[in-house]
Amino acid sequence: MPRTIIPFGPQHPVLPEPVHLDLVVEDEKVVEARPSIGFIHRGLEKLVEKKDYVEFVYVAERICGICSFIHSQTYCQGIESLMNVAVPPRALYLRTVWGELSRIHSHLLWLGLMADAMGFESLFMHSWRVREKVLNVVEATAGGRVIFGSCKIGGVRRDIDAETIKQTITDLDSIEADIAEITKVFINDRSVKARLGGVGVLSRQQAYDLGCVGPTLRASGVAQDMRTLGYAAFKDLDLTPITRTEGDSYARCAVRCDELLQSIRLIRQALAKIPAGEVAVKVTGNPNGEIIARTEQPRGEVVYYLKATGAKNLQRFRIRTPTFANLPAMLQLLQGCDLADVPVLLLTIDPCISCTER
Amino acid sequence: MAYLEMSRLALKWAMKRPPTTRYPFRPRRAIAGSRGQLDLDRATCVYCTACAKKCPTGALLVNRAKKTFAIDRLRCISCGYCVEICPKDSLRLSTSHGGPAVTRDREF
Repeated sequence: MPRTIIPFGPQHPVLPEPVHLDLVVEDEKVVEARPSIGFIHRGLEKLVEKKDYVEFVYVAERICGICSFIHSQTYCQGIESLMNVAVPPRALYLRTVWGELSRIHSHLLWLGLMADAMGFESLFMHSWRVREKVLNVVEATAGGRVIFGSCKIGGVRRDIDAETIKQTITDLDSIEADIAEITKVFINDRSVKARLGGVGVLSRQQAYDLGCVGPTLRASGVAQDMRTLGYAAFKDLDLTPITRTEGDSYARCAVRCDELLQSIRLIRQALAKIPAGEVAVKVTGNPNGEIIARTEQPRGEVVYYLKATGAKNLQRFRIRTPTFANLPAMLQLLQGCDLADVPVLLLTIDPCISCTER
Repeated sequence: MAYLEMSRLALKWAMKRPPTTRYPFRPRRAIAGSRGQLDLDRATCVYCTACAKKCPTGALLVNRAKKTFAIDRLRCISCGYCVEICPKDSLRLSTSHGGPAVTRDREF
């Protein structure tokens, strides 16, 4: 059978961000996918040498437009552990709330993109309608819609007053009702099941061996969630990782649907328990030493490596983002799939190329 | 019933008004607490240049001798760092995002 190479991306209707794949096909079957990345490399890791460690929070937050808050949170957590800063409990709870809000809007964005990739335009619009409500809550509490800008070393930049907390809880009721409505369609609708069910099956062992993280790993039955490490306020909250055992695209979609409702429950718990007090402590001096900070982003575990030498600027900064860990799994899924399944399989790991390329 | 999940949602929304705002006929309602454009209260500003030194994007240019305060709107990211460190509380982020900036000229 003669082989043909079909270029896929960097501009493609299903791709929210640029990544290029050379798809080697035999007839309509993909035999191999050769990726090439680097279209949006911005050299952010190198920038630590120019920006001091306090200013760099802004850069860390801009690594990705979707998991923005969790990037700044992870960076701050790393620096705080290096400098032995005790973050006030209220700040930890606020970070948890904003982190979960960011997870909700990221998952809703993904659900919309997935619906769009399979041609379900009305479901795409409804997912993003609900996302808009979440963004309004984010804007009212943090001040920004996508870039929260509320995390800083030693705590958070702003507090949420009692009235806004009450309003947020009321808004969450309506968001939860809307989410329940649309996730019912994703989980029960026959056409969604037919499009995603059995497509791109990743067994538990395969997912583990390929080093998958986040919903991609949990959909294959591995209950790994960095939030169970208990960073921020998660140690005080009731959290069980959501897993599925099927390992196909439908399972990955269902895990994200369930995580939406789980995040809402976590925000409710955090807002009910939030302690009073300061939201930030003054940080003086410069960090020294090296550290690894880990948190759970909407797409999975992110690992930050920070190395400081006691100067104002860090010496080395390195991130292992969740999409980077999930790329080998995506290439594995693409081998042997139908050409028509490529858009679905590409989106199924929730690729975030900005994160991957920094 | 699995066929009807979406139809139910679609029918429900067919009866409702669109959730989107009819912009520009109805301008967007500002959300309290939103970080919009930076405003300066010139009456209280002492032109100490603390904001210009700390601005992460270098959007501010303050001259103590000439008593001028200039901002490059295209560079300002509305992070609020200057508001936090202003010793006289002269700076403030309003909820309005202002008109679009199209040139790099600094606004005085």
